[in-house]
Amino acid sequence: MSGYGEAILVMLAINIVVALAGYLPLAAGQLNLGIAGFMAVGGYTSAYLTSAYHLPMGVGMAAGAAAAGLLGLLVAVPVLRTSGIYLALATFALGQVIQAAFLNIEAVGAAAGYPVKPYAGFTVVLSVAFGVLVAVLLLSRTRFALLLTATKNDPLVTELFGVDVRAIRVAAFSLGALIAGIGGALYAHHYSYLEPQNFNIMLSVYIALYVLLGGTQTVAGPIVGAAFFTLLPELLRAGSHWRFVIFAVLIILVMAVRPEGLITGALARRLRFGKRREAAS
Amino acid sequence: MSGAVFAQQLVNGIMLGGIYMLIAVAFTLAIGVLNFLNFSIPGIFMVGAIATWRALENGWPWVGAIAAGLLAAGVASYLVERFTYRWMRGLDHEIPLVSSLGFLILFENLVLIGYGSDQQTFPALMPDFNIRVAGLVIGTGQLISLVLALVLVIAASGLLERTRIGRGIRAVAENADTATILGVEIHRVVPALFILIGLLSGVSGILFAMNYLQVSAFMGHEIGLKGIAAMVIGGMGNIWGAILGGLLIGLIEVLSIAFFGANRADICVYGALLLLLVVRPEGLLGGSAIVREKL
Repeated sequence: MSGYGEAILVMLAINIVVALAGYLPLAAGQLNLGIAGFMAVGGYTSAYLTSAYHLPMGVGMAAGAAAAGLLGLLVAVPVLRTSGIYLALATFALGQVIQAAFLNIEAVGAAAGYPVKPYAGFTVVLSVAFGVLVAVLLLSRTRFALLLTATKNDPLVTELFGVDVRAIRVAAFSLGALIAGIGGALYAHHYSYLEPQNFNIMLSVYIALYVLLGGTQTVAGPIVGAAFFTLLPELLRAGSHWRFVIFAVLIILVMAVRPEGLITGALARRLRFGKRREAAS
Repeated sequence: MSGAVFAQQLVNGIMLGGIYMLIAVAFTLAIGVLNFLNFSIPGIFMVGAIATWRALENGWPWVGAIAAGLLAAGVASYLVERFTYRWMRGLDHEIPLVSSLGFLILFENLVLIGYGSDQQTFPALMPDFNIRVAGLVIGTGQLISLVLALVLVIAASGLLERTRIGRGIRAVAENADTATILGVEIHRVVPALFILIGLLSGVSGILFAMNYLQVSAFMGHEIGLKGIAAMVIGGMGNIWGAILGGLLIGLIEVLSIAFFGANRADICVYGALLLLLVVRPEGLLGGSAIVREKL
């Protein structure tokens, strides 16, 4: 495959991973505007452990994911007392604090940036991303996915049925943070350089847009959203700023016409039934 | 740090807070009345400043240029209403939020295409002139901005309190459906509110440009984000809370730069926001909001 094709596929793989990180909390009705912060935690942790302690890359990535997940768990408990806009704002504040914190940690280069040693090539990035995707797909076939949807649709009734809604929310949020950590680690080891400025609020915003544009009802939603965001700008390469303009107009239009996102649960079911009918006939 | 230097920092913080105040009030009007976290506001802030700058470049007189900036900001905000809120009333709160982000990206990239990504120099309206009071240095530009911001916010508050359209806006804030049944013309009231939001954001952008003498496509980002922080700290939906929050964020920023250095200012500002959201999500003045909590 050409270098260009590989570069696009790597970008797509990383974007799908972080979109899944945004999808899990959104499936339970929580907008996380701090995904970039969790990516930074995962990326910097893995980069530091592999550079300073010469740990193997796999261990570093696992540690990065664990660190991001743990931080997610730590903040989820107090922050998830609030909901709706307050939660989105709290995660926004958290992302800003994390970014500003890395700007001040000299051990990882502070504002000057931090070179990352072990290199994750095309195969590694794609395999890890595939692993994450399979894990989320498996998760989506369990009762947990049902509880996420129930929590999103009506937390009160779900609570009345004896489900610990808060535990579900904390789990979805922390799991999302963990996956964001994996995404950040992949980013760090593939691009071999970390800068706090890369993990800014606009990155978090774009990730949230991937998911909301694709749809929060199925796992296919964030994948389609991430693919749309990654590939469309490439197809529209003509004018570099014009592609963002077209892209912005598309967001506004899609939200107006299909506020639930491109891929909805109903659409996914229809496609599946269609397949079954074909198989029968 | 000596007492005089500290007092000077307090003054600087309050002056900076004056800029955040207007943006915070614009955010708080959108949240309080429409339950809409309107991310296009930083874009409208920038549109107001850029339009004024363009008009000045074309040799327009000051008054005309500022009017052009305000007009552009008002129109931009009206467009946002037309294509986000009007289509999506009653849906999940994230949906208009996403569309308003779309508008932010749209405005910024249209300006990038038109004028490039460089900082552009904004001509000085008034000679840089400092007043000295009891050993404190106060920039006239900043002082005028602060006073103007306070006057505008008080005027907006009066508009909400006393006029017919203001009563309509407050009725919609209470409950859009009931307000419609009671004869509030929601299709007039909401656009009017958006134009008010646009004008406040535009004024804020023009004042920013006058004080810092530069404009760029992304000038709204940092100010907008601090405006959101100011709104939340004061209490969402509360105009006086936005004023208090704006001043507090200005003070926290200036003092943390003075004590801990510029790189640590964001930790303090957004750390304060995070702490507040955990401890007291309703904000400092949240109890007396112009609307009851609906989220």
